[in-house]
This record gives sequence, structure tokens and C-alpha cells, in this order.
Amino acid sequence: MPPRRRIKSFDWSTGAVAAITVAAGAWVYWHDGQARFLESVSGDVGLTIYMLPKVLAGCLIGALVTLLLPREVVARWVGAESGLLGLAIAYIAALILPGSPLTIFPIASAFLAVGADVGAVVVYITAWSLIGYQRALVWELPFLGPHFVIWRIIVSLPLPLIAGLLARLLLRAIAARNKTRGKSGDEPA
Amino acid sequence: MSVAIDILLWGIVAGLAAMAGMRGRVVLSGALREGVVDFLALIPRMVFGVIGAGFLADVLPQQLIVSWIGPDSGLLGIAIATVVGGLTPGGPVVGFAIGVTALKSGAGAPQVIAFVTAWSLYAIQRFVMWEIPVMEARVVWLRAISSLPLPFLAGIGAMLIGKP
Repeated sequence: MPPRRRIKSFDWSTGAVAAITVAAGAWVYWHDGQARFLESVSGDVGLTIYMLPKVLAGCLIGALVTLLLPREVVARWVGAESGLLGLAIAYIAALILPGSPLTIFPIASAFLAVGADVGAVVVYITAWSLIGYQRALVWELPFLGPHFVIWRIIVSLPLPLIAGLLARLLLRAIAARNKTRGKSGDEPA
Repeated sequence: MSVAIDILLWGIVAGLAAMAGMRGRVVLSGALREGVVDFLALIPRMVFGVIGAGFLADVLPQQLIVSWIGPDSGLLGIAIATVVGGLTPGGPVVGFAIGVTALKSGAGAPQVIAFVTAWSLYAIQRFVMWEIPVMEARVVWLRAISSLPLPFLAGIGAMLIGKP
């Protein structure tokens, strides 16, 4: 199993967000007054409390799936000769198996290591990024609301397959170019 | 809605925990501990992300946002949103927080969909911290190039379909 990387509780991006938060908060306090400041904070505290149980569930799902994933089985299904069916299976795998960046890239890299097709891996990462339910339910929905999330997911449904097919076409083009180069032999690689 | 989502998520947790439990109690408690540690580590990001988004919506110049990525900004607005989204650093909170801030400040929904899509696919920090160290360079670049058209397709698709 690839090593699992830890989330750091405070890194440079959190620091940047914290700095922006403090600066924007100070601006609101001075320009719009204390009442507006408190109104904003109390609404946000409510949103945070609303998110907490979802985020905890999301973290537990990520940890449990990393433990339980039948990696060998999936890799067999999405191998290099898997064709369009392989892309479809990679798509469905990304929908069923949730995860965070902590888990998704080690899993994708493990797929590659046991012979999965690059197109299928691109589908897997793209589908997880755009349609993964864990991310949408835990993070996106509290911020952006159900209408927006459903709308975005509907228009995103075909996108992972488009990316996977493009990746396969690119690979084929690169392979073809390397082949002609190899034949003429006048260009060093 | 919120309760239904909580029930769904915790139902999944219970199902997975039962499967892990069948492999032994030590395995289960180890996984649960990992999950809780991740959760605790995320709390500061979450709090700053949520509160920061609220303040920023008050601070940002609305006219500028409306003219750049407002509902009438069309394809140019989608292009701007795509570039900004790709350059926005990662973390689960940042992109969605900026998206809702933009929406509150008058951005068009298709433009915000293009932004969220580009951010989801490219988030610079995720590339550097997670993808490049773990994956082969060849695959990382192939994925990056194959994903280039997607934010545009998402934004244009959202314009064509219209709000459901």
C-alpha cells in the first residue's frame, strides 16, 4: 500500500486564507460597522456548525475506503486493453469510491503500477475531481446550495470521458511521432 | 435536505465501518483514528474559509466582478473565470468559498461553474503537493493537457442548458 500522507492542520495556504480573513474582517468592521461584522460572523458560525458532521463523515469515509479498496480487482478491470468499457469502469469507480487528494493520487498511481491504462486513470482523476459525491456533499453543497451543485454536476457528466478519450488520442499521437522519428533516425530523442 | 445528507453520509460510514470491522477491531479503530485526525486538521481551514468568504463578499468591488464575470460577460467571462480558477490554490475550502463569494457579488452562474471546474481540475497547490510527487510526470502532463477544454465545455454547457 502506498504511504498515506497526512493533512497538515496549518500550511501556507491556510495562513494566506487566515490573513485575508483578518484583513477583510477589519475592513468590514471599519467601513460597515460592528453590527454588519457580527451579522456576518454569526451567519458563518452557523454554516460551520452545519458543515462539521458532514466533514467528519467525509474524513471517516476516506480513511475506511483507503483501507477496504479492492485495488487489484479494479486494476484488472481498467487495464491497457480495456477499451471504452475500461473508461466507463474507471468513471464508475471514481463515483463509488470517494476520497481526498490524500488517497486519490496514491490509488491512481497504484492503478498505473499494476498496468491500468493512462486514459482510464485520467477518467478516474477527472471524475473524482468533478463529480465525486463526497466532495460535493461535504464541501460544495453547504457553500453553493443544491441548485448550483446539481446544475454543475449535470453539465460535468460527459467531461471525464472527453478527457480520457483525449488522453488516449494524445498518447497515440505521441507514440506515432516517436515511431516515425525512430525510422528516419535523424533526430535524437 | 441537510439532515438527509447527514443520514446518507453516516449510513455510508456505518456500512464501511462494518466491513472494516469484519477484518478485525484493530483495523477498524486504526482507520477511524486516521479519519478523526484528518477531520481535526481540517477544522482551522474550514473556519477561516467560511468566515473569510463572508467578509470578502462585502469587501470585493461588485461592479468589477459584474463587468468581468457577470451574467452578461459571455465567453470572455468564462475564459477569465477559467484562468483564475486554474491559478487558485487548492484545499477543499478555498475554491468553493471564492465561488460563493463571486456569486454573492454578482458573477454569472455559468462563469462560476467554469471557475469551480477549472479549480477542481488544476488547483495549483494540489498539483505540487499531491499529484506531482505521487504520479509519473508523463501522466500528470497528459491529464493536464486533456483537461484543458473541460472548464470551457462546462461553462458553455451551463449557458446552453440554463438553470434547471
